[in-house]
Amino acid sequence: MGMTYVQKLLARACGKSAVALGDVLEPPVHLAMSHENGALVINQFNEIFQGTGREPKVWDPSRIAIIFDHRVPAESSKTATNQKKIREFIAKQGITKFHDIRGDVGGICHQILPENGYVRPGQVLVGTDSHTTTHGALGAFAFGIGATEMASVWALGNILNVEVPGTIKVVVNGRFARGVYPKDLILYLIGKLTAEGANYRVIEFHGETIRSMPTSGRLVLCNMTVEAGATGGVIPPDAETERYLREEAGVKEPLDLFGPDADAVYDQVVEVDAATLAPQIACPHTVDNVKPIGEVAGKKIQQIVVGSCTNGRLDDLEVAAAILKGKRVADSTRMLIFPASWRIYAEALRLGYLADLIAAGAVVCNPGCGPCLGIHQGALADGETALATTNRNFKGRMGNPNAEVYLCSTAVAATSALTGVISDPRGVN
Amino acid sequence: MATGKVVRKLGDDISTDIIYPGRFMATVLPTETPQYAFVDDAGFNRKLKAKEIPPGSFIVAGGNFGCGSSREQAASCIKGYEITVIARNFARIFLQNSINVGLAMVICPNIEAEEGDELDVTGGKVVNRTSGKSFAIESLPQARQAIIDAGGLIPYARRLLLERPVR
Repeated sequence: MGMTYVQKLLARACGKSAVALGDVLEPPVHLAMSHENGALVINQFNEIFQGTGREPKVWDPSRIAIIFDHRVPAESSKTATNQKKIREFIAKQGITKFHDIRGDVGGICHQILPENGYVRPGQVLVGTDSHTTTHGALGAFAFGIGATEMASVWALGNILNVEVPGTIKVVVNGRFARGVYPKDLILYLIGKLTAEGANYRVIEFHGETIRSMPTSGRLVLCNMTVEAGATGGVIPPDAETERYLREEAGVKEPLDLFGPDADAVYDQVVEVDAATLAPQIACPHTVDNVKPIGEVAGKKIQQIVVGSCTNGRLDDLEVAAAILKGKRVADSTRMLIFPASWRIYAEALRLGYLADLIAAGAVVCNPGCGPCLGIHQGALADGETALATTNRNFKGRMGNPNAEVYLCSTAVAATSALTGVISDPRGVN
Repeated sequence: MATGKVVRKLGDDISTDIIYPGRFMATVLPTETPQYAFVDDAGFNRKLKAKEIPPGSFIVAGGNFGCGSSREQAASCIKGYEITVIARNFARIFLQNSINVGLAMVICPNIEAEEGDELDVTGGKVVNRTSGKSFAIESLPQARQAIIDAGGLIPYARRLLLERPVR
């Protein structure tokens, strides 16, 4: 029986010729990523070694990546102390893929891994962050795990008890209308599948729309597959994957590119005509509460957020700058920009995007996760409404359970910044 | 498992932001996380902290309990009160985190119970003693049973580590 992409990937990773749905595997981990929650991982890691008479030592320091991004620069002494503890551990263990709070190599983990060439097709990649699904955009089987699970990976080098997942095949054809973006596609899909519709399964993307989509858009799709409950999202690698890895991520060595079997068996096949999509909005308080923009246009917004691991890339800043250039953020709202990495920040600075955004009244903050989950800047007041290009709108998400968050594309966010109400980017400019 | 009362009934898609809001994520140790369990559900959080809820009580929820973040605090904060979560189903990372830290959880696709009901979890089913109805339990994936039997992932991983040569 034919295998899906992830089934094939797991078979190869485990040195087997084939795996079947539900098989329990312990694949070796190619890359293990953590951020500030590494503080808890270290605690659990040391506990595993307790009483063993062995020195706590990670299985392979070159396969661990740690990126400070959730609370940067530290917002409290507690965070600063966690970060200090992690730095000491990194030095002691000889971990090399470390991205500290720096303007040259820093940024959000889900941008840092791709842009530094840490992600490869065929990898088993785990991260103590649910949006680790992002890296399926480059053909890895990438998924989120908890801190104790990561401690076990650091000690053993395998991820235990992985059940071979079923796969939902999503086939997307047709060209997006002007003003419609990959974010609208993934929001539409989450609305259709529901927040638990892909639980314990992988979403594998196919079709002409995906083939012609740059990696930046593919990262958006895979990033949000977890919002439908998926273990991972994946795009079988192709010429664009290779282009990105060579040209943007500086990868030199040979790549192992493969696809799913032609006779692979899927749990479900979903077809989408991208040409018929309108901009989509995820309404409070679940990501699957998705409506076409026409149903919510006109809603007053007090805070617009552009950025995050979902939509903080250079093309997002380009879109936002093009819409805001020479114009003005409405007085009734405020606009925050969080680029996904300092590399992107520097490039947007060089290209003049940041100057255009600042001149329009936007506040450009340093790369980081903070406002998306309400832990560092950009908190909302009681009764306020935010419109964000981030990935979650759960009650309390932006730091206040008495506020509301709507999710959208960068074009919707920037267009709405000009009016102070949810506004359709189609037909503007 | 034993008998206890339903102390909180919750709906579908209870996210990790509801269970353990992001703003408390800098607190990581299982000994410290329970104080922030359901902190935005002020009445419930107060009862938890005042120890008004006996160990062995139940939270009953709908589908997709624990969706969202991978933060393990969401499992450890409930575990701190020795409460069992019964839900129609659980989000993947939360389910795995619960097994790893030893939070008792029960997958019960058709559960019907109200706050105050007395439940008995036994022999593959949940018996609601108040309503007299009983509901089948869906067993956890077999792959996870070895970790549960070992008392959590830390002792399980320690055992595997000791089977391997010293690096």
